Amino acid sequence: MSHDSPPDYVPPPDYAPPPPVRPRQPARSRRAAPAGAGTARTAVRGTGELLITAGLVLLLFVAYQLVWTNFEAHRAQGGVADQIRDDWQRPPTTPPAGEVQKGPRAVDFGKGFAFMHIPRLGKNYAVPVVQGVGLDDLARGIGHYPRTVMPGHVGNFAVAGHRATHGEPFAYLDKLGKGDLVIVETRTDWFVYRMDRVRIVQPTDTWVIDPVPGKPDARPTQQLITLTTCNPRWASTERLIVFGHLESRQDKADGPPPQLQRRA
Amino acid sequence: MYAWIWRHLPGPTPVRLLAAAVLVAGIVLLLFSTVFPWAEDSLPFLKVTVDQ
Repeated sequence: MSHDSPPDYVPPPDYAPPPPVRPRQPARSRRAAPAGAGTARTAVRGTGELLITAGLVLLLFVAYQLVWTNFEAHRAQGGVADQIRDDWQRPPTTPPAGEVQKGPRAVDFGKGFAFMHIPRLGKNYAVPVVQGVGLDDLARGIGHYPRTVMPGHVGNFAVAGHRATHGEPFAYLDKLGKGDLVIVETRTDWFVYRMDRVRIVQPTDTWVIDPVPGKPDARPTQQLITLTTCNPRWASTERLIVFGHLESRQDKADGPPPQLQRRA
Repeated sequence: MYAWIWRHLPGPTPVRLLAAAVLVAGIVLLLFSTVFPWAEDSLPFLKVTVDQ
């Protein structure tokens, strides 16, 4: 039907055009709106919001791991470094008279007792070593496997460190190779360890922290060091292990070893 | 869900915005201080020690 008025059509005198109407809803959705559709729509919207929220939480978790834990760990490491230096200012607690101190006294978990310097990882690389390898300990520095010996002692001084997140002290441990040095600073000594070999092992290969790695029943005769971290860097299906042995030692009073001389 | 929360916040819009921001900040704080550390420990990612 044509929308043009016939030429002789005259609207009645009281004709007024109807007021403009709001655009109508498409008839389709109105017709297909039975009683449960409102609930369905809410459910869909709710699910969508939940999924988006879940996605945001995951993103926040990534930010937490990559940014927050590093920030917190650097702060915690600074605190542990201060605690160590404070401890070293004060005289060490001596054993009761007459008692011979054969081995190192156990250090409380979470307490720092040494610094690890790794020139290959940075001229000023100096990370505190804390007792224990729990998550809390590793968040504050390099952790010492508590059932392994202390630095400089016969046996295997074994440590673990994060390679990603939580300050990532071992982020570039893969750069360490045969011949590189790891220098451990304690209250009384500088211990210079020379690295021998690097291995990739399984997370269950606890033999790497044995007193003599690879020889489960042997009595230790050497002063060894073992560093462990995850492999690859952003996963932990394997472990990256660096083995070394003690090369030299000098008293703290004689100053840092020449391998650690800081350039001005 | 979010529309429901928004409707139930008191006050005119600027106050609601502030309340919403505080709520979000509170939740993020809870996540960072409690939920995420727990999740990190429970998840098998990024473990660096050798053990059985």
